Amino acid sequence: MLKKRVVTIANTLGVFLALLAFWQVALWVLRVPAYMLPSPAAVARAVVQRFPLLWDALLITAAESAGGLAAAIVAGVSIALIFAQFHWVRRTLYPYTLIVQTVPIIAIAPLILMWIGAGTVSVGVIAFIISVAPIIFNTTQGLISVDENLVHLFLMHNATPAQILFRLRLPNAIPSLFVGIRIASGLAVIGAITGELYAGSSRVGQGGLGYTILYASSQLQTDYLFALVLAAIVLGFAFFGAVAFLEWHFLHEWHESARPPEVEAEA
Amino acid sequence: MDRAVPMVELAGVSKRYAKGPMILDGINMKIAKGDFVSIIGPSGCGKSTVLKLISGLTSPSAGEIRVDGMTPKNARETISYVFQDATLLPWKTVQQNVGLGLELERVAAPTREKTVASLLQLVGLSHVGKAFPRELSGGMKMRVSIARALATQPRLLLMDEPFAALDEMSRERLHEEQKWTAIFVTHSVAEAVFLSKRVIVLAPNPGRVHAQFCVPLPVPRTLSLREEPEYDEIVTKVSRGLRAALAA
Repeated sequence: MLKKRVVTIANTLGVFLALLAFWQVALWVLRVPAYMLPSPAAVARAVVQRFPLLWDALLITAAESAGGLAAAIVAGVSIALIFAQFHWVRRTLYPYTLIVQTVPIIAIAPLILMWIGAGTVSVGVIAFIISVAPIIFNTTQGLISVDENLVHLFLMHNATPAQILFRLRLPNAIPSLFVGIRIASGLAVIGAITGELYAGSSRVGQGGLGYTILYASSQLQTDYLFALVLAAIVLGFAFFGAVAFLEWHFLHEWHESARPPEVEAEA
Repeated sequence: MDRAVPMVELAGVSKRYAKGPMILDGINMKIAKGDFVSIIGPSGCGKSTVLKLISGLTSPSAGEIRVDGMTPKNARETISYVFQDATLLPWKTVQQNVGLGLELERVAAPTREKTVASLLQLVGLSHVGKAFPRELSGGMKMRVSIARALATQPRLLLMDEPFAALDEMSRERLHEEQKWTAIFVTHSVAEAVFLSKRVIVLAPNPGRVHAQFCVPLPVPRTLSLREEPEYDEIVTKVSRGLRAALAA
C-alpha cells in the first residue's frame, strides 16, 4: 500500500519535472523572449522575491473565496431544506435557481461592483453567486431521494415532519451536499479571482490574486504573472483538499464513497 | 387487553390511487388477537396495500379499518412493520438503528440502551453493536431490522415478504410469543402454510378476498413438519385456491 503510494507520488513528480525541462528546452530552442514566456527559474525567482506581496494577495483571495463559499453553503442548504419540505415552493422557484446557475458571472460582476462598491465584499458576493447553485441542486437531490420505506418507518413511529427532515433527509443528503461543495469550492476561487478583475481593490496596490494579475499584466511582469497563476492553482488545490478532508471526516465510517476500494481494479 | 375486540378488522375496504384502477375492492377481514395470518396472492393483487392500509400509511377510498378498536393512525404505537429489505439508516450504528423507534418516541436513553442491549443479544449481534450497516452481511442486517421491530414491543407485527427476516428469526420463538398478532404478506404457498394459522387468498384485478384456509397444524412448528402428509395436503389445497383465484 505504502509502496504503491510512493510510486504514485514519484510518477506525478516525474511528470512535473519533465514538463519543467521541456519548458526550459523549448525556450532555448525557440528563443522566446522573457516577457512572452519566462523560464521556470525566473518564475521561481519571482515567487521568492515577491513572496510577501504574493502571500498577501493569496490570503485576500482565500478569504473572499472562503467567505463566498461559506455563505453559499449556509444559503444553499437552507434553500434546499425549504425546497425539500415544500413541493410547491420547489416547483415555483426551481427555474429561478437555474438563472443563478446560468448567468455569466463576467456580465454581472460590473453590476455588483456598481451596487456594492469596489472591495472584498463585492468579490465575496460574486464568489457566492457563482458557487451557490451546485449546492442547492445537489443538496435538494439528496434530501428528496430517500428510500420510501425509511420514510414509512419514521411515519410508523409517529415522527414529526421536522424529525423526518432533520433526522432522515438531512443525514441522507450529506454525501450529495459534499458533491455540491466540491464543485462549489473550485467555482468560489474562480469567482473570487474573476470578481477581483473588476472590483479588486478599494486601495491602490492592495488586492487579491485577480487584481494583482491585472496589475502584473499591465506592467508586462510576465514572471510575476506566472507566479500569481501558480498561487491561484495552489489556492484551488488547498480548497479542494480541505473539502476532501471534511468529506472523509464525515463520511468514512458509513458511506461507500469515502472508503478506499477494497478490491483494486485489475488493470 | 380486551380479547373480544379483534386485533384487525377491515369492513368493505376499497382502495384506488387518484384516477388509477381499483386496487382493492370490498375487502372484509377479521383477525383475532394472537392470530398468525398470511395473505397470499399473485403479484399485483394488492397484498402490500393491505398492510399499508392496516398501518395507516395510506387511507382507504371506502370502508373502515380498525386496529384494536382504534383507527390505524392512532394504533401505530402497537404496530411494527418489517420490510422486505432491512431498510437501516446507513449513518447510524447497529445500536442506534435498533433504538431508532424508541428514540423517535422519546424513550429515555438508559431505558433505550437496556432494551437495545437485550434485543441485540436475542438476535446474536451484541458483538457488532457499534458497527455500521455497511460492515454487516445481508442476514445480519435483517436481524438488526427484526430487533428494531421488536424494540417498541409491538402487539401487531406486519411483515411484507418476510423470508429473509424469518430465516434469521427462530420460527419457534415467533409462535411462542402469543402476545403478538402477525400478518405476513407472501406469494409462497409453502411459507404461508408453514407459518400461519390461517391463509387468506386474494384474487387480482381488483384485489378481493377469494378464499380463506385454516391451518390446523400444531404449534410450535418445526422444519420436520414440511415432511408430514397433512402439511402437503394443506399446501395442495391452498395452491388450488390460488390457481382458482388467478382464473377468477
